[in-house]
Amino acid sequence: MNAALGPIKLACRNVWKVYGRRPAYYFDSRGYVIDPDALAERLRAEAHLPAVVDASFEVATGEIFVIMGLSGSGKSTLVRCLSRLVEPSAGEILLDGKNLLAASGKELIELRRHAMGMVFQNFGLLPHLTVLDNVAFPLKIQGKPVKEREARAREMIALVGLEGREVSFPHQLSGGQQQRVGIARSLAVGPELWFLDEPFSALDPLIRKQMQDEFLRLQRMLKKTIIFITHDIAEAFRLADRLAIMRAGKIVQIGRPADIVLNPADDYVAQFTEDMPLLRVITAGDIATPANGAALPERTIAADTSLEALIPQLASGVGAFTVPGLGDNPPALLSAGAVLAVLEREQARRTRE
Amino acid sequence: MTAPAAIARSPRRLAIAPALLPWCGLGVLTVLCLLLKTELPWLVNFPKQWTLPLASYINAVTDAVVAVIQPGFRALSALLDAPMRGARLALAWLPWPAVMLAVAALALKSSGERLAIFALATLAYILLAGYWPQSMNTLALVLLAVPISTVLGFLLGVLGYARPRLRPVLNGALDLMQTVPAFAYLIPLLLLFGFGPVVGLIASAIYATPPTVRNTMLGLDRVPAAISEAGLMSGCTRRQQFWQVEVPTALPQLLVGFNQTTMAALSMVIVAAIIGGFEDIGWEVLSSMRKAEFGQSILSGLVIALLAILIDRLTIGFAKPPETGPTRAMRWMTPRRLVLSLAVALALAIVIRLVAPGATFLPETALRTEMGGVNQWLLGIVRDYAWFFDGVRNTVLYCLLLPMRVGISGAATPAIWGFALSPTMAAVYFVLVLAVAGLAMRRFGAREALVVLAAGVILYTGFLGLPWPDFILAVALLAGQVAGYRLGLFALAGFALILVNGLWPQLVQSLYLCTLAVLLCLLIGGSLGVWAAHSDRVSRILKPICDALQTMPQFVFLIPALMFFKVGEFTALIAIMLYAIVPPIRYVEHGLRHVRADVVEAVEQMGATPLQTLLQAKLPLALPVVMLGLNQTIMAALSMLAIAALVGTRDLGQAVYVALGKADAGMGLIAGLSIAFLAILADRLIQAAVARSTAA
Repeated sequence: MNAALGPIKLACRNVWKVYGRRPAYYFDSRGYVIDPDALAERLRAEAHLPAVVDASFEVATGEIFVIMGLSGSGKSTLVRCLSRLVEPSAGEILLDGKNLLAASGKELIELRRHAMGMVFQNFGLLPHLTVLDNVAFPLKIQGKPVKEREARAREMIALVGLEGREVSFPHQLSGGQQQRVGIARSLAVGPELWFLDEPFSALDPLIRKQMQDEFLRLQRMLKKTIIFITHDIAEAFRLADRLAIMRAGKIVQIGRPADIVLNPADDYVAQFTEDMPLLRVITAGDIATPANGAALPERTIAADTSLEALIPQLASGVGAFTVPGLGDNPPALLSAGAVLAVLEREQARRTRE
Repeated sequence: MTAPAAIARSPRRLAIAPALLPWCGLGVLTVLCLLLKTELPWLVNFPKQWTLPLASYINAVTDAVVAVIQPGFRALSALLDAPMRGARLALAWLPWPAVMLAVAALALKSSGERLAIFALATLAYILLAGYWPQSMNTLALVLLAVPISTVLGFLLGVLGYARPRLRPVLNGALDLMQTVPAFAYLIPLLLLFGFGPVVGLIASAIYATPPTVRNTMLGLDRVPAAISEAGLMSGCTRRQQFWQVEVPTALPQLLVGFNQTTMAALSMVIVAAIIGGFEDIGWEVLSSMRKAEFGQSILSGLVIALLAILIDRLTIGFAKPPETGPTRAMRWMTPRRLVLSLAVALALAIVIRLVAPGATFLPETALRTEMGGVNQWLLGIVRDYAWFFDGVRNTVLYCLLLPMRVGISGAATPAIWGFALSPTMAAVYFVLVLAVAGLAMRRFGAREALVVLAAGVILYTGFLGLPWPDFILAVALLAGQVAGYRLGLFALAGFALILVNGLWPQLVQSLYLCTLAVLLCLLIGGSLGVWAAHSDRVSRILKPICDALQTMPQFVFLIPALMFFKVGEFTALIAIMLYAIVPPIRYVEHGLRHVRADVVEAVEQMGATPLQTLLQAKLPLALPVVMLGLNQTIMAALSMLAIAALVGTRDLGQAVYVALGKADAGMGLIAGLSIAFLAILADRLIQAAVARSTAA
């Protein structure tokens, strides 16, 4: 899943969002290198709130990039900076290489009409419109004729499995159904960039699981570039190609799920992730080593197979697997020893507790 | 052991001191003032020589300004006169069957068949009672005032929403528009627009605009962030965002504003009838009251009450659909069928007018013309049971009103109470007060003891005998301590304005009347509220009564009070109480019913008796809500002052009313502003107290 990434779709460079009396004052030092931690410290001391501190990352086309953090860590502010619902105090945001922050009001409206879609935690459905009209709303805003927009809306409603509820009003639907409407609406204009701000957090755990499956199914079909915000670590690891962990406005680590559980950047991340079962998060591709010309075993497994799924085969005496390389990469080798080493590490983690 | 105890005690002593120090000083001042009262009478009665002729200055300025700008306003008046005549003619042209059909169709759409039946019954009653033309005239004014207020209010609300910096100014203006009695600005309006119903229309528009402004701001402020962000992310332009996302989402709140505006307009149209010249239903009530035709005044008052309830339910039905979803009748009345019904009504009207152009179809002999006997009978009842009504009035007058007004020291004379106050009795009284204060000090704290002392002093001297420097300083100090020095200064300035205009006696009269009314309302209404909170049946019985009392225009309350108790202060008290009793009932019940269930369960689990649960858990927790109810009660009582002046009082309301009679714009405005000042001061004080208690 995590390879074969396309070109960079969205890049975020040293983005800050500061609330307070005069945030602009602190970002005048053109040409100076700012030490982010020192500046954040100073801002806090001077009665400002640095909600996003020096955020930098890149998201590749077709990737699911998850931003995770506790409430108040600045993740929702960050995603609003990316869509310019919130104006960043400093930094650069590049969408397809073009500076988003330089876009005029008109250009921004055009971008939002065609290039971006967003799903909200509390759904944000218009209470006075039916399901059909809600989904067709972005098209109506663009002035598309009624027939065209309703056809498209019906298509989207079918996509999220809500056929038959077109004439219902939002308050007549369950939370899960409302969020399906929110998803259908955000996809109606066929955006390439898809923001999801804690889309499933307001739902019951069972529904949440269903919606995650639904989301993965949709992404396999649609191949959008996705920024997904969540505070639920299990959800983050389940969905992410790569994920960023935020704390107090700062991104403390960015990496693939396996990188993060195997090499946590600091104690905070380690503590945060300590309940994630290694065997489920880590896949064969993560720990396979280059074969270097050695003979490849017969047994071949896909790179995204979790180690957990290999245990029965190891138990039946298989000593090593071939992991086919993605794209042009040569196939790699996964030995039983490597898997057992992870198992041992998990054991050590458990007993340490 | 002793050391920590000493440490624990000393900071407590220090903690009490700073806030209480000024009060101790004030106490000394009070005693001084009371002792010097006979030598220095100016301490109690603000001397005439000290007053400033501000009112005549204002009159001079107004006269000059009016002379200049009058032509413009007269033109506006002429401009408004045309649609008003039009509306009046149109409603007069419509035959009553067509009106009934249209209103019933609207009622069916709004709230279903029950309201439709109620609408038909109301209209039938108006017809039979013989007030159809007058009611249509009133409706014509309302139909014009409401669109003016709604459009103006919506624009101002949007302005306040889009420019938060303008909020304080806007809110101040709205407070004034709602608290200055209409009688006060009727005079300048009369000067500007000339005599005629247009003045009533303008006054209604002024009074009815604030609810729309407030609800527009509230509704737009409360559009959930997710919805407005969803609109932005859909690529809405500013205009699309406003008209297609924000306004539709805020629509239910806007409709609530529309309902309140309509009710305010109706209420004011009826009050404005006092300037006359427009054969409307308010005028009917007023003139029949003046002629002591109680039969007619009850009949016409009932018309107003029924109309008010009907219009209220009609408009609120569109604002808040029932929680269980629309009923079958409401679903049946689709928009298309509604339009069709209205078209049928219009066609019916045209047909009737074509067939019988001149006929009114009004009943020849209406109830109102057959009232001679009923009037006699009612007067007979009042005469026969005079011993009862007079007894009630005199008891309250001598036991409550007089002691509050002139104090025990003033009431205890052979003429009133049948005995004179001897020095021993006074001494015993003060020892008693001190004892209760001491008890309050030990049981609750210094603040409560202070309240007891103040109440003891006021009860002794009476409101009229209270030295004004003392009173002003006490209120300013309270305001300063509860809500900050700015409110303290505001209180000082307001009272100073009242003093120098020589309105102090009227202010004291107003204060004592309102204080008494509010206390009695709290007592009676609060008890009813507690009862209703604990009994669903009582709640069910009280609800429609409260609804009816709250929707009725203030004028109506004068009728029964006047009928049974004749002109006088007691009658005013009853009228004020009738109008102001709803908030304590409602808020106490609501507060008690919505106390956090887990706390109540915890207290009950500890083995508290129902009374203990009520007094020690529910009431303290419900206090912020009850305080809001108190606020509403005070606002209602103050707003009723001006109306109650019609039955003879000596307060600020009367000052406004007298000024209206003499066309004294300056005095009217100053007295009106004084009432507004009292209302705003009380409102800010209570809001601050609530904010403090909920923050603590």
